[in-house]
Amino acid sequence: MITNNYTILAPQGIHARPATMLIKLAKGFKSAISIKKDGKTVKLNSMLGLLSLNIKGGETVAVMIEGEDQVEAERAVNQFFNDYLKDL
Amino acid sequence: MKGIGVSPGIAIGKAFVIQKKEPSFIGILLTTPVEKVADTIRFDAAIKRAIHEVEQLKSTLSLSEEDSAILDSQIELLNDPEIRGNVIDKIEAQDKNANDALLEVIAGFVEVFESMDDDYMRARAADIKDIGNRILKNLNQSAENKQTTFEPGTILIAEDLSPSDAITLDVKNIIGFATQIGSQTSHAAIIAKAKGIPAVVGCGSALIEIKNGDAIILDGATGLLVVNPDKESINQHITKRDVFKEQAKHLKSLKDTPAITTDGTRIKLSANISNAGDWPAVFENGGEGAGLLRTELLFMGRDSFPREDEQFEFYKQVALHSKGNPVVVRTIDIGGDKHLSYFNLPAELNPFLGYRAIRICLDQKDIFITQLKAILRASVFGDLKIMFPMISNIHEIRLAKNILEEAKAILRQDRVSFKADIKAGIMIEVPSAAVTADLLAKEVDFFSIGTNDLCQYTLAADRMNEKIAHLYDPFNPAVLRLISFVIEQGAKQSIHVGMCGEMAGDPLATLLLLGMGLKDFSMSAALIPAVKQVVIDNSWEKAKGIWERVKGMHDSKDIIEYLTEFN
Repeated sequence: MITNNYTILAPQGIHARPATMLIKLAKGFKSAISIKKDGKTVKLNSMLGLLSLNIKGGETVAVMIEGEDQVEAERAVNQFFNDYLKDL
Repeated sequence: MKGIGVSPGIAIGKAFVIQKKEPSFIGILLTTPVEKVADTIRFDAAIKRAIHEVEQLKSTLSLSEEDSAILDSQIELLNDPEIRGNVIDKIEAQDKNANDALLEVIAGFVEVFESMDDDYMRARAADIKDIGNRILKNLNQSAENKQTTFEPGTILIAEDLSPSDAITLDVKNIIGFATQIGSQTSHAAIIAKAKGIPAVVGCGSALIEIKNGDAIILDGATGLLVVNPDKESINQHITKRDVFKEQAKHLKSLKDTPAITTDGTRIKLSANISNAGDWPAVFENGGEGAGLLRTELLFMGRDSFPREDEQFEFYKQVALHSKGNPVVVRTIDIGGDKHLSYFNLPAELNPFLGYRAIRICLDQKDIFITQLKAILRASVFGDLKIMFPMISNIHEIRLAKNILEEAKAILRQDRVSFKADIKAGIMIEVPSAAVTADLLAKEVDFFSIGTNDLCQYTLAADRMNEKIAHLYDPFNPAVLRLISFVIEQGAKQSIHVGMCGEMAGDPLATLLLLGMGLKDFSMSAALIPAVKQVVIDNSWEKAKGIWERVKGMHDSKDIIEYLTEFN
């Protein structure tokens, strides 16, 4: 399993639009991907679960990836948190 | 009637009232496994149809990227495994029918979002209600006949507009809408603003009194709603509407226009702000960052000094909402006419010449260091700069910078991250600082000229005293010479010079200051378009010529007269 920490670069945090994109991204991989904030973990197949974490700009989250395509998934997740969120 | 004005503009038209049926519980329990399977299938089919509906909406309408994204997130929510999972659980374990199970699940999520400490997230509760209703409608197959075409000049009256309602608004004929519930961040508000439709939300239950065909005046700026107005009121508002349309057109045309003179000099126009909530107005007026963040608001209206964490949160919010624009944070400027109930400042004969601003901070180091640490910690979230007010000599700068270094050292020791090379500058508002600008420039990263105090100190004229109001005059040659000297010395030593006093927002002074070489003006957000207009209509060459002429004038009366000619 791969675990990475990310600081949320989008000032508004994970709102509907980035959340939609992240869920779509996660669904594109076979690996099980989940996200954790303040001890609460949700699977990245649920938009409601993700939004209910109320992730704000500047906060830190952990993302766990496990499965046959976890390396490719990690690359995509990295890009999402490090690049895409920055440009929002 | 009054609500929250969320999208400015005046609409005068006829009411169309949208009645919404409240979803209700059925109460029937499922007793056999067959019934449960049947309801599960029914539920899945309803979701499928609901998604199909939204996809159709998406493909048949030409939507902006933003509206399209809203529908995408609706599809994502409809597909959400948490909703389906919880509904199936209730059917299986609690014998609920699909209708009731869905209502309970939606109510649960709505509660979660409504209790969040974030306006945006709270407003998302409406999205969840919306998708709940959409599934429910499909579950019960009640083919709700939705009116999709309206008479020209219709003002919609509804309890609330769901995102899909709001997006599909027939904007050709709908000229405004009013809702019972809602806030600045609800979808209805966002979309009204994006589409430029005047709208008032949160009008409360008084709105149900309105009937189809009632004449309505709606003011989306003030939140005013008049039902069946008299002739005079209608005429008044027609004039107001036309004026607004003209102005809006003009200001809107300037918002994205860069502030460049006709000969290509780029001028920076930013805003003076007091907290993160001021940002929307800044950006709406085309402001590029904050040339002054007053921090007094954080210290006022409370019983004790705000702690470091609380201050940090305040600065962080400002930084996070700055969209990457620079923010000049002025350290606390109390004393003078600004007092704090919990901080006992002895009465003074001359408070403006007394114990205030940086003088207090250098004397009571703990107050200062707490604020500096909080600003430093927030500096990783945006482009923050620190500015010390009321500097009158070089010694104060050195002391303040030492304390800043001390604050950095503490953070380093605690392994807290901050921007190590954060820029530190001073306000030039005391004549002694202006006169020695050449010396002070060697010690700091930037100057910001505070014309209000500079003017009253230079002319020894209390600006609150009406009897001597005529003496308080920023166009007095003495004040102009000081300002020009500061700008000139800043340029010579290659440090940045801005202005954040009232003069920066006075279109009459714009060309004069530009001619002196000032390229960074910070003012109330609302003043930006007018100053920008002056900038884009003129050349830097012309501005220099104006300053050359003014330099030779002896009396501010002549100066003001001469400048008025150009406006």
